[in-house]
Amino acid sequence: MSDTNAAAPEYELGVVRQFSIMAVVWGVVGMLVGVIIATQLMFPDLTHGIPWLSYGRLRPLHTNAVIFAFGGSVLFASSYYAVQRTSGVALFLPGLARFTFWGWQLVIVLAAITLPLGYTSAKEYAELEWPIDVLITVVWVSYAVVFFGTIARRRVKHIYVANWFYGAFILTVALLHVVNSLEMPVSLFKSYSIYPGTIDAMVQWWYGHNAVGFFLTAGFLGLMYYFVPKQAERPIYSYRLSVVHFWALIGIYMWAGPHHLLYSTLPDWAQSLGMVFSVILWAPSWGGMINGIMTMSGAWEKLRTDPILRFMIVALSFYGMSTFEGPMMSVKSVNALSHNTDWTIGHVHSGSLGWVAMISYGALYHMIPPLFGRARMYSTNLINVHFWLSTIGVVRYITSMWIAGLMQGLMWRAVNDDGTLTYSFVEALEATFPYYAGRLAGGLIFFAGMLLMAYNVWKTVQPEPAPVPQPARAAA
Amino acid sequence: MSAGWSFFIIVLTLSNIAACVWLMFWQRKKRVAKGQTLGHEFDGIVEYDNPLPRWWLGTFIGTIVWGLLYLLLYPGLGSFAGVLGWSQQGQYDAEVERRQAACGPLYASLAGRPIPGVAQDGEAMKTAGRLFANNCSQCHGSDGRGGSGFPNLTDAAWQWGGDPETIKTTILYGRQGVMPAFAPAIGGEEGIPAVVAYVRHLGGFETDPELRAVGQQKYMTVCVACHGADGKGMQALGAPNLTDETWLYGASEEAIAEGLRQGRHGVMPAQKDLLGEEKVHLLSAYVYQLSGRAGATP
Repeated sequence: MSDTNAAAPEYELGVVRQFSIMAVVWGVVGMLVGVIIATQLMFPDLTHGIPWLSYGRLRPLHTNAVIFAFGGSVLFASSYYAVQRTSGVALFLPGLARFTFWGWQLVIVLAAITLPLGYTSAKEYAELEWPIDVLITVVWVSYAVVFFGTIARRRVKHIYVANWFYGAFILTVALLHVVNSLEMPVSLFKSYSIYPGTIDAMVQWWYGHNAVGFFLTAGFLGLMYYFVPKQAERPIYSYRLSVVHFWALIGIYMWAGPHHLLYSTLPDWAQSLGMVFSVILWAPSWGGMINGIMTMSGAWEKLRTDPILRFMIVALSFYGMSTFEGPMMSVKSVNALSHNTDWTIGHVHSGSLGWVAMISYGALYHMIPPLFGRARMYSTNLINVHFWLSTIGVVRYITSMWIAGLMQGLMWRAVNDDGTLTYSFVEALEATFPYYAGRLAGGLIFFAGMLLMAYNVWKTVQPEPAPVPQPARAAA
Repeated sequence: MSAGWSFFIIVLTLSNIAACVWLMFWQRKKRVAKGQTLGHEFDGIVEYDNPLPRWWLGTFIGTIVWGLLYLLLYPGLGSFAGVLGWSQQGQYDAEVERRQAACGPLYASLAGRPIPGVAQDGEAMKTAGRLFANNCSQCHGSDGRGGSGFPNLTDAAWQWGGDPETIKTTILYGRQGVMPAFAPAIGGEEGIPAVVAYVRHLGGFETDPELRAVGQQKYMTVCVACHGADGKGMQALGAPNLTDETWLYGASEEAIAEGLRQGRHGVMPAQKDLLGEEKVHLLSAYVYQLSGRAGATP
């Protein structure tokens, strides 16, 4: 794509290309591991007791691969792309930006080696051991320097809303990562958290929930705010809505962590505050959905022909659904039923597959052709098939987990007249089996879509053959 | 919580909520007419400034009002306990008390009857079976047949004794079946195969006569203290009978050698404070009939 504007700067796109391609690669890897562990939940002996293929080691590999490798690469790529174009300048310190690419890939590779070997700090979504934590910090600070440096040198007066969200995501993830990962190394491969007992749990879920809030929500809202209006070619619906929901979202998300620890040793007051702020978070979360969907209004007819826009509207719908479901599950009486059940897994995946992955697909399909000098993706039909596989897969996945979760919650607390529990744990587990099959089917369908995307991207980025001279033909 | 912390939490909470309300009113001012975009343009993206949707604003305000009300009624604002006086511990205690009131008489009446009698009571055994499924099956298996290191409760072998009162004592106070690592006392690695041969001979296996003769000598100086000269064990110590067909940790040469090398430490946790004496009485009857006695089937 050539920029006709003479004043347009020479954007730094190499690093964006690298991150875009690796996003697709890690998407395939992360989801493949997800499919494997979903199968292991049905057939625990699947990997014949080989320690480094055991569920306990592959599960953190799955979560790290999809969140930080796939999601992270998408965020790096899209933020580097959007911040340049909305600021009208090339990236600040392009060498440092290239370092963030290689540094982040090194983090991912180290994770893929150490997690199966069993090295873990045992903190969910922060399992990597301290030397890798240090590397993450270095890469992340470099990312912040590149991003905010670019903003500082922008050629426009205002900072575009996408960049507020990307900026909040980068700053907060730095804070979350450093505070939660404070640990005392005892050897190169082992460290212990500096926090004791319940405080450790609270810090962990302050981190854990804000990783959802800032990595998977604020970061991807930044992405949404750039790619939705670009793809729909429509103005943003409401500037002031973006102001209100931005500040409300980042102000309130910080408080929501304790809802992971309801009915635990966490003091009552902290549990209540976590629950109350989670419920208040509902409207600020929906502000982003409204702004995204209403931005498309006036471009509805494009949904008929543009599968990229379809990805975006469905992603926003899943975003709205899971940000309603989340506050609901934070209510103590609902959580008393849902906690520890597969409902939680369903909720997470409606957010991560429905919102994060699908909005990422939309952004990648939008961004990859111009990045590689192509007019469009290799096949729009394949994008369309990918869209339907994703939608069917995620619906299949979450409905299986909803049913399984509600059933488990009800079975676990069913009590007979004599005060005994009606079901033993293993009976509830047995009853879950068919829904695990349903989940696996949904996951496989979703994964199949990811493979199609990889193929489509592969064909798109192939060097174009030199044009074969042909006799002149009249334009059709 | 000190007054200072409490104050800090209250101020932080309420000012965060107040800031949200302020945010909504601050952004009410109209910048441009409907259908007009703001002056900014970013890579071709322009922005309308439509008013906040009323239903959305209503939802936001509604959740804030609800949140404040909740913090008035329930603990949340620092050390203020809330006007309802609710606590997690209180909710738990009330639930336990309600169940206790409803089911207590049933267990009390069963606890007053002798164990073999209760074991013949089909209804009581249904209740006991569910207690077993939720509290015992994790180690002893849903069918009570145990596993490696976890005794089979359905056979005739009893590590600590199978009469009703002993079973009850086992469940109430737990057991620790300890065998120290004896390899050094029987001549180290070289002595192990000999003792293994003799122990397997006691259990009725074919073993090498010469080897087991050596093992017998070692057995008679070390192992005999707990397992007895005849190898029939000692229930008072929880020392298993080595002459029957029951092998808690397996009968293979490797399993026995491992026991000699590393010792064994089996733990049955005490249930008195977890389940209470009355439910333990009922479970004792269940375990009693699991081994085919008492004629009742669960």
